Amino acid sequence: MSRLAERFRQLRGRGRTALIPFITAGDPHPDLTVRLMHGLVAAGADVVELGVPFSDPIGDGPVIQQACERALRHNVSLRDVLTMVQRFREDDPDTPVVLMGYMNPVELMGYAEFATRARDSGVDGVLTVDMPPEEMGELAASLAAAALDSVFLVSPTTTEERMQAICAKAGGFIYYVSLKGVTGAANLDVDAVGARVARLHGMTGLPVGVGFGISDAATAARMAAVADAVVVGSALVRRIEANQEDLDAAQEAVTALVAEMRQAMDADAPASVE
Amino acid sequence: MSKTSEAMQQPVDFARFPDERGHFGRYGGQFVPETLMAPLRELQDAYARYRDDPEFVAEFQSDCRDFVGRPSPLYRAERWTRKLGGARIYLKREDLNHTGAHKINNTIGQALLAKRMGKTRVIAETGAGQHGVASATVAARLGLECVVYMGAEDIQRQSPNVFRMRLLGAKVVPVNSGSRTLKDALNEAMRDWVANVDDTFYIIGTVAGPHPYPMMVRDFQSIIGRETRQQMLDVEGRLPDALVACVGGGSNAIGLFHPFLADADVALYGVEAGGYGIASGQHAAPLCAGRPGVLHGNRTYLMENDDGQIIGTHSVSAGLDYPGVGPEHSWLKDIQRAVYTSVTDDEALRAFHELTRTEGIIPALETAHGLAYAGKLAVELGPGKTIVVNLSGRGDKDIQTVAEREGIEL
Ligand SMILES: Cc1ncc(COP(=O)(O)O)c(C=O)c1O
Repeated sequence: MSRLAERFRQLRGRGRTALIPFITAGDPHPDLTVRLMHGLVAAGADVVELGVPFSDPIGDGPVIQQACERALRHNVSLRDVLTMVQRFREDDPDTPVVLMGYMNPVELMGYAEFATRARDSGVDGVLTVDMPPEEMGELAASLAAAALDSVFLVSPTTTEERMQAICAKAGGFIYYVSLKGVTGAANLDVDAVGARVARLHGMTGLPVGVGFGISDAATAARMAAVADAVVVGSALVRRIEANQEDLDAAQEAVTALVAEMRQAMDADAPASVE
Repeated sequence: MSKTSEAMQQPVDFARFPDERGHFGRYGGQFVPETLMAPLRELQDAYARYRDDPEFVAEFQSDCRDFVGRPSPLYRAERWTRKLGGARIYLKREDLNHTGAHKINNTIGQALLAKRMGKTRVIAETGAGQHGVASATVAARLGLECVVYMGAEDIQRQSPNVFRMRLLGAKVVPVNSGSRTLKDALNEAMRDWVANVDDTFYIIGTVAGPHPYPMMVRDFQSIIGRETRQQMLDVEGRLPDALVACVGGGSNAIGLFHPFLADADVALYGVEAGGYGIASGQHAAPLCAGRPGVLHGNRTYLMENDDGQIIGTHSVSAGLDYPGVGPEHSWLKDIQRAVYTSVTDDEALRAFHELTRTEGIIPALETAHGLAYAGKLAVELGPGKTIVVNLSGRGDKDIQTVAEREGIEL
C-alpha cells in the first residue's frame, strides 16, 4: 500500500481529517525547508505538500508566486527539491510527501528520470498543476511504473464527465479546488464545496481533500467537516513572507498556525467513529 | 528555398493540423490548471460552431472591410528594391489597418465570438500595446468591459499605447511580477480568467496559449495570407518566392504563411528577435536558440535555463520580447517547412531607418526585424525573384524608444 493510502487508512480509523500544509521548497531559504517540514509534522500535519518553485506559476496567486521568486533567488531546482525530500526521509519514514508544481522542469528532466528520482528520494505523490489527465499519458505511465500516486485537481468548473475520468486516473487523494480562482483567493462557499465533495465521494473510494483559500483555523475546521483532508498553502506562505529575514521566526509562525488549525479541526470533529 | 522543399519527405496535409486536441506533431495541446479546462471546452465548442457559420463569417468579413479597412494593400517597394539591387520586395501593409497593426484582425474575430457566447467582459495581455489597443477598440465598439494586463516595463516603453487604451475605456493593469514584460502579462491574464471564467472571454493576442487559441488566432490572421496570395497572382501572375515575417508569438507570421504552407516552392522565413546577438544570451529567439518545453498552456520551443525555469528575454521591441512561440511554428521548424532566423536590435534599427527614408513608411520595431532579414534575403535571391514581407505594424508607438536609443530628446 502506498504511504498516502496507508496514512489515509489510519486517519479514517481515528476519525481524523488530514491536515496537509503546503510550503514552497526553498522559501525563503533552502536551509529552512527540511526543518520546516519536520516542524509541520510535529504541529499536526498528516501529509506534507511541497511546492516545486517555477518561474511562471499560472495557477497561483501573488503569495505563492512570490514564494517561487524567493526560492528561485537561491536557484532552487527540481533536483534540489528531491534532495530536500531525501533528507526529510532520513528522519521521517512515515509522513507522505506530495510534490506540487508545473510541467516544464519535469519535461526537461524527462518523465522516467523524474519518476525514478522522485521515488528514490521518498516522494509519494505528484501533482502537476498544468497537466490535465488528457495530456498525462506518458507521464502517468512513468509515475505508475515508479509506484507514485498521480494527484489531480478537480475544480468547481469540472464537469461530471471529467470528474469521472479524473477519478479513474487519480491516486492518493483527489484535490478539490474550493473556489474559482488561483491560490490565495478569498471567496469560499462551504456549502457548495460540501456538495461537490459528496458528489466525488459517490464516484471514488479515494479520499477527497479541499484546498485554495483556507486561511484560518475556523475555516479549516468548517472544511474539515465536509472533506477527508484540508490543504492550507497561502496562509502559511504569508507567514513565511512576513518573517523572511528570520528563519527561526518563520518556522515558529508557520508551525503555530498549523497547530492552531489542527486544534480547531480536532475540536470540531465528531468523537472517534468505530 | 529548395533546401526546404527537399527536406520534406512526403507532402503533409497541413489542413489536418492541429488534431482534435490541438497538437501540431508533438507541440501545442492544453496544459492548463483544471479550472480552465471547462472554459476552453466551451470556447472550442463555440468556435467549432461559428467557424464556418455563414452569418459569423459574413460579419467577420464586413467588419474587416468597413472597420479595419481590408483588404490591406500589397505595396511594391520600388525604391528599396532598387537600392538593394536584388529580389523585388512587396510589403503587405498591415500597418494601414485601423489601430495600426495586424492585431486587429484577430481581436475582431474573437470579440464577435465573445459576444455570441454571451460574455460581457474581455481581458487581454499586451506587450507592445498593439494587441491591447486592438482589444480595447473592439471592446469599445461592442460595449464590452475590457481589462488589459501589461508588464510594468512595457508600460514604460510603450506609453502612447497605454494612453490610447485608457481613452478607449479599458483598464490597464500593470504587472510587476517576474520580468515585468509580455510573459508575465500573459500569466496575469490567465489568473484573471481562472477567477472569472463565467463572464469573461480571454482574447489572446498571438498564436500561443492552450488549444484552441493557436488554431483560432491563426484562422483569423490567415486573411493576411489569403489576400496576399490573390494580390500576388493579380500583379505578378505567380506566387512569391519567399515570405518573410517577424516572429514574437508568431501571429502575423502564421497569418501570412498559412495559406502558402502547401506551396512547397514558396520559402517561408520567420525572423526572431536576436537582441544583443544570439551568442550574448540576451535575445528573444526560442526557435533559434531554445528547447521544447511547456509554457502558457502549450508545448513549444522556449527559452529556459538548465533547471527548466523560463529565463528573461531581451529585445528592443516589446512585441517580440517573449520566451515562447506559437506551437505551429515549432512544428514547422522541426519538419523544415519554414526557416527561422534572427536579427539583432541594431540590425532592426538600421532597417527601421532604411525603410522610413527610402519608402516613407515608418515601421514598428517588431516589423523592422522582418525587414532587416528581407533586405539580406533580397540580395541573396537576386533580381527576378519576389519577396513579400509582412509589414505587421506602423512605428508611431516606437518613436520614443528610437529617440532614446539615439540620445535625442523629443
Ligand atoms: C506590429 C507588430 N508586429 C509583430 C508583433 C509580434 O507578434 P506576433 O508574432 O504574434 O505577430 C507585434 C506584437 O505586439 C506587433 O505589435
